Amino acid sequence: MTINWFRYSSPASFYPLAGRLIPWFFATAALLTIAGLYISFWLAPTDAQQGEAYRIIFIHVPAAWMSMFIYVVMAMWAGIGLAFNTRLSSMVASSLAPTGALMTFIALWTGSLWGKPMWGTWWVWDARLTSELILLFLYFGFMSLQAAIDDPRRADKAGAVIALVGVVNVPIIYFSVKWWNTLHQGASVSLTKSPTMAKAMLLGMLVMALAFWMYSIAAMLTRLRSVILERERTSDWAKGLKEQQP
Amino acid sequence: MNWGSAAEFFAMGGYGVYVWGSFGVTAACIALEIVLLRARQRAALRALGAASHRH
Repeated sequence: MTINWFRYSSPASFYPLAGRLIPWFFATAALLTIAGLYISFWLAPTDAQQGEAYRIIFIHVPAAWMSMFIYVVMAMWAGIGLAFNTRLSSMVASSLAPTGALMTFIALWTGSLWGKPMWGTWWVWDARLTSELILLFLYFGFMSLQAAIDDPRRADKAGAVIALVGVVNVPIIYFSVKWWNTLHQGASVSLTKSPTMAKAMLLGMLVMALAFWMYSIAAMLTRLRSVILERERTSDWAKGLKEQQP
Repeated sequence: MNWGSAAEFFAMGGYGVYVWGSFGVTAACIALEIVLLRARQRAALRALGAASHRH
């Protein structure tokens, strides 16, 4: 069986497809969250140095990963929209931004609540924390720039420029703990070294990361459907939709 | 088994404020986003109705 993937690059045919996919992503996210929380609180042992406070890692690290990953994906779709003038790509980028900003906020918030008991301070202006804060401002900049421009296609183009320029910040966040002296610990997971933490801790973190991932896709698709409707309001297919499902 | 009692679980070894502050705010943020997403979709569908009735 061959699937014509290009068919789904049209908002009109992607809208119902997204509608069918969304419940599955939300359900998978919910199941993974339940499993992840169970591992985080019942299977993962108490940390020898940090006691129970380390359990913040099970949301802090997944949220921080997603904040960077969503930004890269957002910039990629915005860039594709800019280069090939494909409307849906730009809409995907716009739909990712608020969820990306939320993940960045969660990473900063939980980091602060973890920093207080471990470092004795809510915040330091070091490289890792500052570059993550800049990421939050990049998301805000992208969203407010798009909101300020009335013509959606011009908003897409302007947003793509800011998203692509801002990509420079992502490797800076990731490698900041190597490049500069910082209070922040180094990478928790490395592909080249064997894990330094207990297996249950690592597993809990990975399951929670998958849960965040599935949730982000579900949230992005849900928002994408609204963006499609808002922009295609006057098209015949969208008007027909209202009669089908009130 | 990490916890002898519910009280021990909520105390989180004295770090309850920080651990539950993290998990609680994260849950609240995600719940809020879901509420906003649903509201936006409803508004988009309503606007659709208004547009098609106007002619």
